Amino acid sequence: MGLLSKKDQKLILDPLSDDNPITIQVLGICSALAITAQLKASIVMAVSVLFVLGIGNVVISLMRNIIPSKIRIIVQLIVVATLVIIVDQVLKAYAYSLSKELSVFVGLIITNCIIMGRFEAFALGNGPYKSFLDGIGNALGYGVILIIVGFFRELLGSGTLLGFKVLGDPIEKTGLYSIGYENNGFMLLSPMALIVVGLIIWVQRSKNPALVEEN
Amino acid sequence: MEHLELFFKSIFIDNMVFATFLGMCSYLAVSKKVSTAVGLGAAVIFVLAVTVPINWLLDQYILRDGALAWIDGSSNGEGYSGYDLSFLSFILFIATIATMVQLVEIVVEKFSPSLYNSLGIFLPLIAVNCAILGGSLFMQSRDIQTLGLATTYGIGSGIGWFLAILAIAAIREKIRYSNVPAPLRGLGITFIITGLMAIGFMSFGGMLTGGEEEEEETAVAIKTPAQEEINETATTVVSTTNEKEN
Repeated sequence: MGLLSKKDQKLILDPLSDDNPITIQVLGICSALAITAQLKASIVMAVSVLFVLGIGNVVISLMRNIIPSKIRIIVQLIVVATLVIIVDQVLKAYAYSLSKELSVFVGLIITNCIIMGRFEAFALGNGPYKSFLDGIGNALGYGVILIIVGFFRELLGSGTLLGFKVLGDPIEKTGLYSIGYENNGFMLLSPMALIVVGLIIWVQRSKNPALVEEN
Repeated sequence: MEHLELFFKSIFIDNMVFATFLGMCSYLAVSKKVSTAVGLGAAVIFVLAVTVPINWLLDQYILRDGALAWIDGSSNGEGYSGYDLSFLSFILFIATIATMVQLVEIVVEKFSPSLYNSLGIFLPLIAVNCAILGGSLFMQSRDIQTLGLATTYGIGSGIGWFLAILAIAAIREKIRYSNVPAPLRGLGITFIITGLMAIGFMSFGGMLTGGEEEEEETAVAIKTPAQEEINETATTVVSTTNEKEN
């Protein structure tokens, strides 16, 4: 990242680990967990949030001096809603089956707390370039967790990754299945998403004791 | 009967928190104490009960394909009945919710200061709560038929959310006395507890089928993840969201 100054690098890299929006700031869990049963859906969701948060942060930051503070929430919601409509229409046009699968969760990007949180905490007080970097950084931090969760849930739950049967064929008993391995269908159910995120938090915090909460 | 069924279904089977993860942000942030959890839960019930019916009316008479036919009484795609504005639903729903929350805040402040004091601080939080927008979006995608049913659905989902946040707040108040591994303290253990509670709530899945008699018919209508799991063959991978959608 030779192009960016130290400070700008921090904006992007911090949210990836020590200031991760999901595991540390606890934002944006709502739409994150439900769609992680498949890796593909997780990636699409991560990219959608990247788009909405990157552009949204810039737009809000450009308008930050003309938004009356009393109605700023409504203004922010309208900006996000517009961007989400674009994402939704693009998905419907080019990946219809995937957009059916994500169903209401594309719409729920609007109320994704990461987005409102970054608007409030960063874009309202900083210039467009910095806001853009901040948006990208936070969206990447969100996407990384989503992809990790999606990876494990799809691998353990259905033995595939992005639809490819990486562990062999469960019906013809090839690969791992020939020695008696079975898919853990439970991983596909919603409660496991929460537990997987809980475990990620566990791993992250045991590596970095500074993040441990008092109680 | 229909109302009762939808009511219990939206509380237990399709619980906002445990089945669809809606409103998780405030669920995790405001569940440290039972008293604040009750305040937020009550506000969510209230706002859902108001916004879901309003958004149902918007959806029915403005947004869905051919909904504008009432303007000139046309049909079959002529005149106004040819419009499909459903792409606008996100922006219209969120605008309704934001305005209603503001309005509710003003009205409550005027007529019941004591209620305002207990609910007031939570109302702005609610405009950006996924559970509220999720309620309206699910109402739209599940194709709820009448205004009455939409109201029931709103109240039911609100109560489901209330129950969830009340339960986790009570558990978190007690868990302070337990010896949780240090890295899991706070957030981590809350996630895992919620996951376990969600597994518990999955057992409500068979509640409305009442056993095996009606399995065939109701499996289509309810589609809990548990039932779906049984039907699932090893080759077809259906995501949980997809299951709920069908």
